[in-house]
Amino acid sequence: MAIISVGTSATTRVPVQQLSKRRKHSTARWILHIVLIACAIVMVYPLIWMIGASLKSDQAIFSNNSLNPFPANLKFDNYVQGWVASGTTFGTFFLNSFLICIGAIIGNLISCSLAAYAFARMKFKLRGVWFALMLGTLLLPSQVTLVPQYVFFHALGWTNSILPLIVPKFFGVESFFVFLMIQFIRGIPIELEQAAMVDGASRFQIFSRIILPLLSPALVTTTIFTFIWTYNDFFGQLIYLSSQSKFTVALGLQSFLDASGESAWGPMFAMTTLSLVPVFLLFVFFQKRLIEGVATTGLK
Amino acid sequence: MSGLLTIRDLSAFIERRPPRESRIRKSLSENVAGYIFLVPWLLGILFFVGGPALVSLYLSFTNFNLLSAPKWIGLQNYIQMFTLDPQYIASLGVTFTYVLFAVPLSLAGALVLATVLNRDIKGIGLYRAIYYVPSLLGGSVAIAILWRQIFGSSGLVSKAYEFFGLPPTSWISTPSHALWTLIILHVWQFGSPMIIFLAGLKQIPRELYEAAAVDGAPRWRQFVSITLPLLTPIIFFNLVLQMIYAFQAFTPAFVVSSGTGGPANSTLFYTLYLYQQGFANFRMGYASAMGWILLVIIGIFAAIAFSTSRYWVYYGNDRD
Repeated sequence: MAIISVGTSATTRVPVQQLSKRRKHSTARWILHIVLIACAIVMVYPLIWMIGASLKSDQAIFSNNSLNPFPANLKFDNYVQGWVASGTTFGTFFLNSFLICIGAIIGNLISCSLAAYAFARMKFKLRGVWFALMLGTLLLPSQVTLVPQYVFFHALGWTNSILPLIVPKFFGVESFFVFLMIQFIRGIPIELEQAAMVDGASRFQIFSRIILPLLSPALVTTTIFTFIWTYNDFFGQLIYLSSQSKFTVALGLQSFLDASGESAWGPMFAMTTLSLVPVFLLFVFFQKRLIEGVATTGLK
Repeated sequence: MSGLLTIRDLSAFIERRPPRESRIRKSLSENVAGYIFLVPWLLGILFFVGGPALVSLYLSFTNFNLLSAPKWIGLQNYIQMFTLDPQYIASLGVTFTYVLFAVPLSLAGALVLATVLNRDIKGIGLYRAIYYVPSLLGGSVAIAILWRQIFGSSGLVSKAYEFFGLPPTSWISTPSHALWTLIILHVWQFGSPMIIFLAGLKQIPRELYEAAAVDGAPRWRQFVSITLPLLTPIIFFNLVLQMIYAFQAFTPAFVVSSGTGGPANSTLFYTLYLYQQGFANFRMGYASAMGWILLVIIGIFAAIAFSTSRYWVYYGNDRD
């Protein structure tokens, strides 16, 4: 980094040739920025347009001027209409989504950290076998286990409840997070644990008093990603939840679309916009963690 | 932190045997403690992963509708799939087309933008954030609904056609275009592989580029001879991950086609057809067989990637 800045630092006397080179350089930079900004506009245009549409009347959404994302006058009725459009309000859908997310987060944090500690630090028989198995589950498409899982939960009488969406998380089924935590624990100096062991601490004390606090960055990453994945999940919710009072935001949106056909785009976009707010806020507040999480493990 | 976990890291981890314990009792208690920590995970593997996978293998040889007991029919599900079910073949075609276009396109976009952003650009944080947001939101039902409007009749794209004096076209109801709306949606989410590429680019020593510049190598030459080879482990990693994601895509196809996979099966993703068979027609044996074939397909693609990797993935000088 430091080397690069030498070329750009301003000096008072510069040979003409070098000056023109620098000017050429800075034009290239400008072009680059223009291209990058153009790309960024293309990327966010659909989102901006959607937010705009949520504040427009249906006529305005379909008018010839519809490509302009900015509404002529703001119309907040769409939010009111959309909120209650499905009989069950979106308040219920949000609550259901959040409940499932919280359950999944608690499950993932506990089960994945326990497994990760065992894999990262402990010596036990068949450790390599289990580890390889865990890697294998990363490649395993969920469709392979889908039907028997459904039959299992059906037999337990858990269908049309949030249990099938939460309980498996308490058993470390999301290998990605086990992985993330193993990586992280391997970076913690082992001397801390050795010292504690000399002092007579048990494995569980070491785990809860030393590892867990130091693991907190990875735990935060796990929390955020579990929230986003669970919140955005559609397939599992579609299969397991059938009565409207149990519906999540994703299912609420889908049933809104089914019911209104394509006749109520304004309220529809009001609700889709609202549905993206939680994930967007998480992104705003935890941007650094998210990006780090993606960079180190390839989480989505 | 060396950042990305590579396949080599993994095998090194498995091979790294803990040192032999001198006292058997201690190693016994370590064994017990290890397994205590591992109990939830082991139960999960048994009841939610390994067990169900084996049961679904069994169910794939049966006729099963959830209400009555499964009836053994041998290989019939598999035979029907490949010889008597044109919709199944169609779903295979749609999924392969999707993977073959969506994955390379999004990786190429990710690589190009990561390379550009890596050049000490002002405001890199902002660009990175803007490009990354779609990958967080893109998998949701909300965005799929938005896509349905954008590419639907009287949607944005149709309006844009009109604007340029072309006849309005609904991509979503045109069989030859419908799948492309979903491919575009996937490519729109190139932000997460881009972040992984950026992390990889940061690991490449600056001195290499300086040396190349001194020797008079132009930018493109530096990219081809330095950046690409040193980035191959990460390209490989991204390729495998994106492929696995893409094969299992479901939500956008379901929302955009109202669960039908239409028009004319043009968006009938593999998982969507599996859902229809299993949970609309309650042919759960058939759905299980489809699940296993999907596993085999992903396995074959992963095996191709892994086995060819030694010819194109460069792991530095310390390679054994």
